[in-house]
Amino acid sequence: MNMDTSYQAVMARKNEIMKSSMGIDYDIYRQGEIAFDYERMMNDCGFSLEDIIRIQAETKVGNTPLFELRNLTEAVRKISAPGKGARIFLKDEAANASGSFKARRASISAYVAAQKGYKGVIAATSGNYGAAVASQAAQRNLKCIIVQEVFDSKGIGQPEIVEKGRKCEAFGAEVIKLSVGPELFYYLLLTLEETGFFNASLYTPFGIKGVESLGNEIALQVRAMTGKDPDAVVVTHAGGGNLTGTARGLIGAGCNAKIVACSVDLSGLHMASDNDFNRKSFTTGHTGFGVPFATWPDRVDVPRNAARSLRYMDDYVLVKQGEVFYITELLAKMEGIERGPAGNTSVTGAVALAREMDQDQIIVVQETEYTGAGKHHNSQLAFARNMGIEVRRGNPEEGVNGKSIVIPENLSQVKGMQQNMEKLRQSYLRNAAKHCPPERWSDTDRHFIAADVKKDLQWLERQIETLS
Amino acid sequence: MNAEVKAGTWVEIEKMILSSDQRAPQVPEDTRKTPYIMRVAGFLTSDAKIGDEVKIKTLIGRELNGTLKVVRPHYEHSFGETVEELLNIGLGGKA
Repeated sequence: MNMDTSYQAVMARKNEIMKSSMGIDYDIYRQGEIAFDYERMMNDCGFSLEDIIRIQAETKVGNTPLFELRNLTEAVRKISAPGKGARIFLKDEAANASGSFKARRASISAYVAAQKGYKGVIAATSGNYGAAVASQAAQRNLKCIIVQEVFDSKGIGQPEIVEKGRKCEAFGAEVIKLSVGPELFYYLLLTLEETGFFNASLYTPFGIKGVESLGNEIALQVRAMTGKDPDAVVVTHAGGGNLTGTARGLIGAGCNAKIVACSVDLSGLHMASDNDFNRKSFTTGHTGFGVPFATWPDRVDVPRNAARSLRYMDDYVLVKQGEVFYITELLAKMEGIERGPAGNTSVTGAVALAREMDQDQIIVVQETEYTGAGKHHNSQLAFARNMGIEVRRGNPEEGVNGKSIVIPENLSQVKGMQQNMEKLRQSYLRNAAKHCPPERWSDTDRHFIAADVKKDLQWLERQIETLS
Repeated sequence: MNAEVKAGTWVEIEKMILSSDQRAPQVPEDTRKTPYIMRVAGFLTSDAKIGDEVKIKTLIGRELNGTLKVVRPHYEHSFGETVEELLNIGLGGKA
């Protein structure tokens, strides 16, 4: 078979490659220019919460501990106004098979791939998801290929991604290591076509359904430990799957906690830039993914993204790199646990939020991840320093992404920053308008769009006027 | 100097996937100046020398071609040189 393997030719075959690599026909959910039947797509994968829990238990996923961070809570209360300082809880997702919550997402995809008779699975990711897919594939006797963006044009690998690649190989996966660029997706398509393997995309209904068990566990565990529901759940936000799945799980358990997204602010750095690639100390959970994926979820490797974060997001907190490093160190020294950067991003967000909440309120950080060589905050800071980035203590707000990282001198400097939700929603609408002009939006489209940004039709009508 | 590497040795190959002018239209200028490069590790299928065009068998048994670059590749990522700015954070239970 001598197919044209040029960038343009492979991208043009995208839809057929996707269809045969997942067995999902997305066309049947189409309802309009923009609208599609989201809930039907989620339900059609055919797994109840009980099925998900059973499948995950087979491969060492789920039922992770929930801890109360008593010392951190106490420290926050000392710097808060009288009566303020909510109880902070942490869901220790590092206890999953591959060391992160991503095992939940990979577990269902690997199960489906095995059930449908695929010989192997492929995922394009430089994150914990690779190790998760590799770990789940190993347990389901599937071959596994992980396609990663690892190094810049000088051949220098981001230490955290190097570690994630190592972990994938440890689980027996073939790891394709690539230089910087969005052509990762092109190479994924090419490899799917060559191998006929299953596309374990992060953004299929399977990938999201797998996280619903996490939201469900949080609701049940907080109730068992405190006798009430959490008031807020903070989710480290990048592609949107973590937030979407957790929120759906909480809602399914009848819990109305506020869903707060949290990302590391990496504004000013271009995600596809060879030069900027090794000038950031976070490889995920940052605004470089969090904002574009929230404001247009369908920019992913599947036709319709099952991760639709604005549909569930109530608030969005941004934190500085230096703030997360401070909190990571504090977590080790005060709470006696070392965990990786992704979960600690939302611990940082939770500290900022807990200061403004009452003492009888409960805030939950919904994930942790493993740490170690390459992923450790000391590795990242030492690497940053070698790349010419200034590292110092001071006011974290003075940090300039790509140039300096300023680690707070004390906890009161950990404040985070509110992202303007209205602006995010308006950005979503502008993206939708680029896709199809508002005058052509049908009633179904309008209902869909309003729901997709967690607003009503009246709000949408007002926005459309200002849009044009 | 360039000794022969025996078939079956764990090696890393490199391959250019796209040249600068074949890259995706949306890549920024600095990235466009560089080719799109792949590296993969696997077992060498026949004796060769560094710099040769070779075939490898990956951990899942897939065969891939490329230039032989590294013999017995290993990981060197670490915890990094000590960053002293972190050391006194949280000491004595003080935040």
